[in-house]
Amino acid sequence: MTPSPPAAAPDAVVEVQDLHYRIGQRDVFTGLNLRVRRGAITAVMGPSGTGKTTLLRLIMGQITPSAGSVRVFGQAVPSLRRPALYALRQRVGMLFQNGALLTDLTVFENVAFPVREHKRLPESVLRELVLMKLQAVGLRGAAELRTAELSGGMARRVALARAIVLDPELLIYDEPFVGLDPISMGVIVRLIQSLNRTLGISSVLVSHDVQEIGAIADYSYLLSEGKVVAEGSPAQLNAEPSAVVRQFMSGAPDGPVPFHYPAGDYFEQLLEQPRR
Amino acid sequence: MLTATRSGIPLWQPLLRGIAQVGAVTLFLLRVLGQCLPALARPRYTVLQVYNAGARSLSIIMLCALFVGMVLGLQGYDLLQRFGSESALGVAAALSLIRELGPVLTALLFAGRAGTALTAEIGLMGATDQLAAMEMMAVDPVRRVVAPRFLGGLIAMPLLSAIFNCIGIYGAQLIGVTMMGIQSGTFWSQMQGAVGLSDVREGVVKSLVFGLACSLIAVYEGYHAEPTAEGVGLATTRTVVTSAVLILLLDYILTAAFL
Repeated sequence: MTPSPPAAAPDAVVEVQDLHYRIGQRDVFTGLNLRVRRGAITAVMGPSGTGKTTLLRLIMGQITPSAGSVRVFGQAVPSLRRPALYALRQRVGMLFQNGALLTDLTVFENVAFPVREHKRLPESVLRELVLMKLQAVGLRGAAELRTAELSGGMARRVALARAIVLDPELLIYDEPFVGLDPISMGVIVRLIQSLNRTLGISSVLVSHDVQEIGAIADYSYLLSEGKVVAEGSPAQLNAEPSAVVRQFMSGAPDGPVPFHYPAGDYFEQLLEQPRR
Repeated sequence: MLTATRSGIPLWQPLLRGIAQVGAVTLFLLRVLGQCLPALARPRYTVLQVYNAGARSLSIIMLCALFVGMVLGLQGYDLLQRFGSESALGVAAALSLIRELGPVLTALLFAGRAGTALTAEIGLMGATDQLAAMEMMAVDPVRRVVAPRFLGGLIAMPLLSAIFNCIGIYGAQLIGVTMMGIQSGTFWSQMQGAVGLSDVREGVVKSLVFGLACSLIAVYEGYHAEPTAEGVGLATTRTVVTSAVLILLLDYILTAAFL
């Protein structure tokens, strides 16, 4: 496959070039290139432990890369100072894997939180805004519940309402489908799609749920061993002949990504005397 | 050998680690202090923390103060009557409470009651990504979470210490005057004559310093706790142990400075 680049640079909301990142002795990324086009849903897939969440943290400026460039809205993220970084983050919404709702606040106050922190709005306007966002995720009736009373799927929807309350230009989803029942998963898939279409928000979706990604992503990247091993539309990825891609897309337990963690000879280890 | 212990670790390594730790805490203190004024722009959060750290510790502080005062009354009376000067019980109880026992015991109780709660709360917020989520929403968790809790502890400590002193003196009076029959007038007038503003000042300075130390350690440990159940547990333990040692060390330094 010869993947065509998803967009020309001016159209890119996020642009990652030749990214290297190292934790201790381990290379997480070795020359990663990735681009998120404005208004599109871009998926980043890969087996567990390939550093997908680390990539999000690099994009959001929580950690700095060892080498290479990360640009969001044309700004080089690693070189931004805290005020500029915070100004950038106000234009981005992020959905955490577990929702990361503030446990001492109600559902309503959780959604109102970014507005209260960044804007001075009259209480009546704030109330309308929060109720509107809660209505969009179908949880207007749950406004006064405490976060402990929410199911996993509901918590993620509240977190989604909170992520869109400041009308971001870019929405980042970290594993939005993990641990959800089929109905909640369907709800989240539909919400991601409708938010993208109706509000024109660009979206980055980190996940390893091949089917859901196939249904909603415009463009996908498949990461393995610190690099992009394949990219393209879901159809292009499905037609990809490479063994790594085939294994991931079909969910085969063994292949280029081995079933076994690296270990010595099994028989020899059984014969060894256990150390005391 | 000076350079190596028997386990093979150079002797200076723990020392370096200790110095690095002090440096890290100091840098964190500067960061928190820098966010205190912005945090006060929304006083609601700080007031809530004064309530959490202060008002909610009141019952335990008052109960302990009463017992400490009563013990002082008993011991003081027993000691002073040997010299025939039991009428000085009021002075002895008041001075030892105001200058020493009040601030120190309040701080130790505060570290155990409020400090651990602060560490566990902030540590759990970190473990459940709440602090990271704030960062992503462009809200500095040091301003929104840490600074109000630090200020709450700093404000609550001297107030609790003052209440501790009052209840403690009442406890000593209960034993000395009500039980042992010291003249009430002598008890109070001698205290009034002997306790000066400098004694009160010493107590206030101590309680302020202890409040700063306890609150700082509690929020530092919570903020830097490893985001696991075990990590938060360990951080809570460290809060109590470090606070207790530091309070007693600082108490010695301050006492030496005031004498």
